[in-house]
Amino acid sequence: MQSWPLLSVITFLPLLGVAAILLARGDDEAASRYARWAALWTTIATFLVSLLILPNFNAAASGFQLVENHQWLGLANYRMGVDGISMPFVLLTTFLMPICIGASWFVKMRVREYMIAFLVLETLMLGVFCALDLVLFYVFFEAGLIPMFLIIGVWGGPRRVYASFKFFLYTLLGSVLMLIAIIAMYWQAGTTDIAVLLTRENGFPAAMQNWLWLAFFASFAVKIPMWPVHTWLPDAHVEAPTAGSVVLASILLKMGGYGFLRFSLPMFPDASHYFQPLIYTLSVVAIIYTSLVALVQKDMKKLIAYSSVAHMGFVTMGIFSFTRQGIDGAIFQMISHGFVSGALFLCVGVVYDRMHTREIAAYGGLVKHMPLYAFVFMFFTMANIGLPGTSGFVGEFLTLLGTFKNNTWVAFFATSGVILSACYALTLYRKIVFGALIKDSLKHIPDMTPRELATLAPLAALALFFGIYPSPILNLFGVPVEAILKTLHVASATMGDAITIALR
Amino acid sequence: MSLFQELGFAAALPEIALAILAMVLLLEGVMIKSTTPSTIRGGAIAGLAAVAALVIWKSGTGSVTAFNGAFVTDSFARVMKVMALVGAAVTLAMSGKYLRRNAMDSNEYPVLILLATVGMMLMISASDLIGLYLGLELQSLALYVLAAMNRDSTKASEAGLKYFVLGALSSGLLLYGASLIYGFTGHTDFAAIATAVQTSGSSLGVVFGLVFLMAGLAFKISAVPFHMWTPDVYEGAPTPVTAFFATAPKIAAIALFTRVLVGPFAHLIGQWQQVIEFISIASMAYGAIAAIGQNNIKRLIAYSSIGNMGFALVGLAAGSQEGVQGVVIYMLIYLATTLGTFACILAMRRKGIYVEQISDLAGLSRNDKGMAFVFAMMMFSLAGIPPLAGFFGKLFVFLAAVKAGLYVLAVLGVLSSVIGAYYYLRIVKIMYFDPAGEMFDGAEKRLAIVAYASLIFVLGFVIFAPPIVALAANAAKSLF
Repeated sequence: MQSWPLLSVITFLPLLGVAAILLARGDDEAASRYARWAALWTTIATFLVSLLILPNFNAAASGFQLVENHQWLGLANYRMGVDGISMPFVLLTTFLMPICIGASWFVKMRVREYMIAFLVLETLMLGVFCALDLVLFYVFFEAGLIPMFLIIGVWGGPRRVYASFKFFLYTLLGSVLMLIAIIAMYWQAGTTDIAVLLTRENGFPAAMQNWLWLAFFASFAVKIPMWPVHTWLPDAHVEAPTAGSVVLASILLKMGGYGFLRFSLPMFPDASHYFQPLIYTLSVVAIIYTSLVALVQKDMKKLIAYSSVAHMGFVTMGIFSFTRQGIDGAIFQMISHGFVSGALFLCVGVVYDRMHTREIAAYGGLVKHMPLYAFVFMFFTMANIGLPGTSGFVGEFLTLLGTFKNNTWVAFFATSGVILSACYALTLYRKIVFGALIKDSLKHIPDMTPRELATLAPLAALALFFGIYPSPILNLFGVPVEAILKTLHVASATMGDAITIALR
Repeated sequence: MSLFQELGFAAALPEIALAILAMVLLLEGVMIKSTTPSTIRGGAIAGLAAVAALVIWKSGTGSVTAFNGAFVTDSFARVMKVMALVGAAVTLAMSGKYLRRNAMDSNEYPVLILLATVGMMLMISASDLIGLYLGLELQSLALYVLAAMNRDSTKASEAGLKYFVLGALSSGLLLYGASLIYGFTGHTDFAAIATAVQTSGSSLGVVFGLVFLMAGLAFKISAVPFHMWTPDVYEGAPTPVTAFFATAPKIAAIALFTRVLVGPFAHLIGQWQQVIEFISIASMAYGAIAAIGQNNIKRLIAYSSIGNMGFALVGLAAGSQEGVQGVVIYMLIYLATTLGTFACILAMRRKGIYVEQISDLAGLSRNDKGMAFVFAMMMFSLAGIPPLAGFFGKLFVFLAAVKAGLYVLAVLGVLSSVIGAYYYLRIVKIMYFDPAGEMFDGAEKRLAIVAYASLIFVLGFVIFAPPIVALAANAAKSLF
């Protein structure tokens, strides 16, 4: 065991940056510059410290690692720890935050508060993935609403008030039911320790599982988001500042998928089997319907937001295929989507900072003046479609493979989403980058700056690297995924027994 | 054995001390010409602090009864009394400048607050229907006068009159209920009533009496459907008085409510649980929905407090030890948050004039970052968003409700908390998202201290919750 609480240090390190920013008074340019650099260094330091997880982490071991346990509320304790499923998300978060800060370098308004909001948000997001206690998880999960609400509302676009309220209330409505479920689980199991709940001999009674599953589903379905409760996402994405969109797409959405894997599947296996058709239906609808909706969007961010919903449809479908490939693919897809959609929002941010519009119609022929941008944007468009060789392919392919094993028709319909994603992504790319450069406003548009390239290059490198060589990530979560599958198979076996007995 | 010892004088020492202090201060104001309202106020604040110390260290240990069982001091009573005393002292400390600026400062104001506080302490310790009524009326009569203290304002007079008329009606209901209970059980003493109810089961008359009693008490905590006075009184009364109304009396009334229901009528839980469930759901939902349309911040807080009482009643509806623990934690957090909120409201002053429209807060985050942040955190806490204190209050009451199997109540409760979140968010939106309005004059030192103390409590509760939870658990245990 390590001698110091690594996960707590990573989680709360950003708060140190908050303290540093708070200590410096003043509202002038110097204070803003100081806040920017403080935030950047804090996030970089957090990322570097989080890399220390890797040498201390043993992917072959089962159960949670780097565990910390302290007395807290009595009913709930302060428990932190990671396994192969949560660890990649921790690294993804710490990796993306410096990029987000870099992408917000020219935020003009209330810089100090902006940086504080992002640093607090980082702490809360890391807490969600590290928490090993239901109540602690809920605290982190919900608390993230406050900084995100302020980020959208204060630094957002013209309809920011509407978007921030919708984001907040939708997510809150989903989560409060989960709180009741958590309380019910506590009285049933006598503990809120996630590690204990995962390895309990006798799970929750089947009738109770269905209710608990639905309550958790309400929260995660809104968060991930699934059709038909996805409508907050396009609004939030469109109105949020660039870095806010990146965090939203790359990390906050993943909390939903992570929640399904951490709670719904292993804790309520019977209910998961029972509700599989529901998830399949909603996922396929999401994949096809939101792809079609994305096709007709006039706003770049909205288009990418709808494409996120479609991609998250692959994730939920893969998770509920109950196959190794499907779940592996879903986790991989979430990580990959973290790189790709984050990068796409950054790409939108690049042109938005120059033209202050996200209307697709306002652009065209950018390749003439922005060749570098055209290249980078092209790469991420391809990764978004899921071209082989990019990380997007691995995730989509594995989820489809896993689903095919379980249900051919679902896989059949979902595959059409791959084609549709090519349609909308290429259409977007063509309208913005190709064509004649006829608009006067675009005549003198400068290419990407080194800062913008520096924010996008690491994402491109990783999306390419893991597209060609995905096993470093896939090897991480082999053991926990097998554990989940074992629980699920036991559940399906007992359910099968029950049916045979009933038929006899 | 002296008479004092026989009556259990020691257990009631804090109340006696406070009552004497109130009379001394009243006489001082009349007799000594050089006294100013602020010296009386200072004396009253010091007195409240001293009495809180007496409650903590000098009211015996464990459960002590006095006056032949009419008065009981146990750890539940001690915790609630300290909370009520803190509420009274802090609101008194916050009121000085406001009263002086609006030419309402008088010698009687602190004395009335002290007398109301004596009433509250009697309510919290009441162990007899007559003791209950005496405490309740002492508190109420002082509050009626306080509500109408600003005689020249029609709104304040209306508030005072409305409060008085409706309060008198509710006292009538309560007395009628008490007389029925006495008639059917033959006792006014809580312990004796408990035995009578247990042995003879529930007779229709006792249930009838209980319902009337509950109606009277629900009026005092402004639970739906006995809430009608609240918005008008909150809006009409001077702001420091509103702050007082929103804190100390609520704590005393909910403590009394709890003691009555889980004490003498514990065996009638099947009868009163559904009533409490109903008024709880109704208060939560009505508070949440009616607050949406408000433009006056005090009116909004009135609806917010109606909703908050609904949440506290969720714990009471469980009727269990966990439930009472939840109520104690909830009220403590409610007290801290409400004091912080009123510190902010009292700081809403523009060019020397106090304003109370919500729109006056526009863009506050640009003009006064500290106050906007405190206000926003109070609102998020009231909305029940973790990691702020308000979340833990809700967590503990729902914990009890789910254990008692009250799933419908719990689900409706959390759903109304989502509706309620909307209007709390609206205030945050006005402060943070809207363009800046005119600057406020800036909070005076005392308000700032209260505001930041509440902020520390609300933000830090997540860290120092364990001792508070243990304290509340201990308090709850003393009732069972």
